[in-house]
Amino acid sequence: MPDLSQVPAVDEVGVKERVARFQSRSIKNDSKIEALHMVLGMIDLTTLEGQDTPGKVRQLCQKAIHLHDALPGLPHVAAVCVYPTMVGVARKSLGDHDINVASVATAFPSGMSSRQVKLDETRIAVEEGANEIDMVISRGAFLQGEYGFVFDEIAAVKEACGDAHLKVILETGELGTLDRVRRASVLAMHAGADFIKTSTGKIQPAATLPVTLVMLQAIRDHYFATGQMIGMKPAGGISTAKLAVHYLVALRETLGAAWMTPEWFRFGASSLANDVLMQLQKQATGVYQSADYFSKD
Amino acid sequence: MENRNKLAFNDGWQYAPAPESTDHITIDKQYELFIDGKSSAPDEGRYFETINPATEEQLSSVALATASDVDRAVKAARKAYKGPWSKMKAAERGKYIFRIARILQERAREFATIESLDGGKPIRESRDIDIPLAAAHFFYYAGWADKLEYAYPGRAASPLGVAGQIIPWNFPLLMAAWKIAPALACGNTVVIKPAETTPLTMMKLAEVIRDAGLPDGVVNIVTGAGETGAAIVDHPDVDKIAFTGSTDVGRIIQRAIAGTGKKYTLELGGKAANIIFADAAIDQAVEGIVNGIFFNQGHVCCAGSRLLVQESVADEVVQRLKDRMETLIVGDPLDKNTDIGAINSAPQLETIESYLKIGKEEGAEMYQSSCSVPERGYWCRPTIFTGVSQSNRIVQEEIFGPVLAIQTFRTLEEGLTKANNTPFGLSGGVWTDKGAKIFKMTQQIRAGVIWANTFNKFDPTSPFGGYKESGVGREGGLHGLGAYLKLEAQQ
Repeated sequence: MPDLSQVPAVDEVGVKERVARFQSRSIKNDSKIEALHMVLGMIDLTTLEGQDTPGKVRQLCQKAIHLHDALPGLPHVAAVCVYPTMVGVARKSLGDHDINVASVATAFPSGMSSRQVKLDETRIAVEEGANEIDMVISRGAFLQGEYGFVFDEIAAVKEACGDAHLKVILETGELGTLDRVRRASVLAMHAGADFIKTSTGKIQPAATLPVTLVMLQAIRDHYFATGQMIGMKPAGGISTAKLAVHYLVALRETLGAAWMTPEWFRFGASSLANDVLMQLQKQATGVYQSADYFSKD
Repeated sequence: MENRNKLAFNDGWQYAPAPESTDHITIDKQYELFIDGKSSAPDEGRYFETINPATEEQLSSVALATASDVDRAVKAARKAYKGPWSKMKAAERGKYIFRIARILQERAREFATIESLDGGKPIRESRDIDIPLAAAHFFYYAGWADKLEYAYPGRAASPLGVAGQIIPWNFPLLMAAWKIAPALACGNTVVIKPAETTPLTMMKLAEVIRDAGLPDGVVNIVTGAGETGAAIVDHPDVDKIAFTGSTDVGRIIQRAIAGTGKKYTLELGGKAANIIFADAAIDQAVEGIVNGIFFNQGHVCCAGSRLLVQESVADEVVQRLKDRMETLIVGDPLDKNTDIGAINSAPQLETIESYLKIGKEEGAEMYQSSCSVPERGYWCRPTIFTGVSQSNRIVQEEIFGPVLAIQTFRTLEEGLTKANNTPFGLSGGVWTDKGAKIFKMTQQIRAGVIWANTFNKFDPTSPFGGYKESGVGREGGLHGLGAYLKLEAQQ
């Protein structure tokens, strides 16, 4: 358990000013194209609906492999992210492609279940073929100050993951302050998170640049203290290419080049890919195409 | 701490150049003086060059005003004062100032581009700070024009007459706005001199003043260097001198006008302490250090040029500052991604470099970011000095460049003593999570402006000015009105 009293304070006004500077960066021409390619390769293409069907997940996997074949040289996305019951379908649909299968687990999105259920769910998802697990923390316990409970839970899920990577969702929209975001980040990293992730996408606000900056700074300090790199995944609410590029600016100017790969940074998004594709098509041809030219899966 | 894991900021994805275009601006080959509402050639027919400090290329040549030109300008100002301006209804006067503000907003992009070309400051700053704030000052004081009796209840407020104004090169248009707006709102007329390295936005402001329909002679612009300024200061028919610039010149002015009855405000140098306590939000404090000293290449009289950091977090703060400095982009002022532009002039670069030498000779450890700078033009990498003492010249003297002297302190009292142990007293900054500490420090630091958990924030409603060698009088806000008014007991 880290000593959370040693976690540095966060000043919200200052964080927002820094974010405004990121957003005033003007990304043009070659650096824009390079950034958009990076964004595509960092996407966890996501469907997390009660109405998901095997058919829908198969479509999503096709999209993950073939983002937009009309544009040559595109990367594929980093992962598809689904509920545990869809992991098997996703794994089979992706075949031999080098695309990860991420599964939410631990009574996503609320996390309101017993530890046993959460661990069982995690193990099932891994057995079905998930190599990345996106867990949620128990926000109620965290807000009550039961940091030990949250720490133990994350550590237990990490153990249940085996070789699968663990992304820990803080659900920052329910934490209320940036100070809590910073403390939850520290807690999760010490408990064994391979990635820390902002949101489930089911709560508003989901990912924001200020929250992401605070988490990136926590990752940086963890790296300074331990030498261990932790990944970052903002999720939910990032639906435009322009905004995604500003996340990359924040990443570049906070953690530097080493983190700018899908191994260390992901976007949890469902509709971002098509906006990025539309921008890339525009860069290639000089004109915007109708949204109907891009497959909606 | 030195051996910790490093972050790589110079590898991988880089930002492509994103220069602001110059297609939309026009700069004349030659500018005359602006006297009595008209363009007017200088009596002696001499001109000087103004250059782009980022390329050393000439932008234009500008009239050199001598004492006889200044005399013509003062006469025009006197005539306009006696004639239309002081007799005009105050609400009418206000309308003209509102008009200047609106035209500035409409032409903001043009002004920002020219400000960056002529002065070397990054377009991000001229676009987001200088020009909008200049317009805001005109808006603010326009509103006061017909409300002076409410500003000073029980007293009769009347204008002084002709104001002679001399402004610096670090915020050319903004400083012009700080001086012209309150002067006009209070019913004075103006003879103003921009700095010799940055006259162009002032010449563009002449167009705005003409387009706003101000009566002839209400604002007169004389361009030139120190001698032109001296001619304004020495002119017997000037009622008030407003000067922003160095403490040395401020002293000369004060001597020159002693016994003449001229009113004056002097906005002089600074060596502000930016004080970081261990309980501060460290990442945001580092950002505040950067804004404090690297804003406008450190050409800021209220720059946070002395960093006082509490001992227990000193290493951490310095490391984070070094990392942050690696991400600062130094170069073409017109590039929208540039954080630090060109040093304003060759002499200023020489001054800064002499202080870098002094700092090293005094035994301080110098660190500069690893960025490369263009070959032509005047450049200085962001620089910090550690291991400095209160007795070092780089701690005592104003450098006016992107150079930070870093000291540590153990207790609040020690921090306070060091902060106040300076002949200057323009500004200061305090960074802590504790409100009580903020109040304690802000009450005891002897400086005109103190920022808490932020730095270099400006607003027309807020008075600005110095203690001790940092100046006399206040500009901005309600206080800024008093500097342009004669206040008497109501009859």
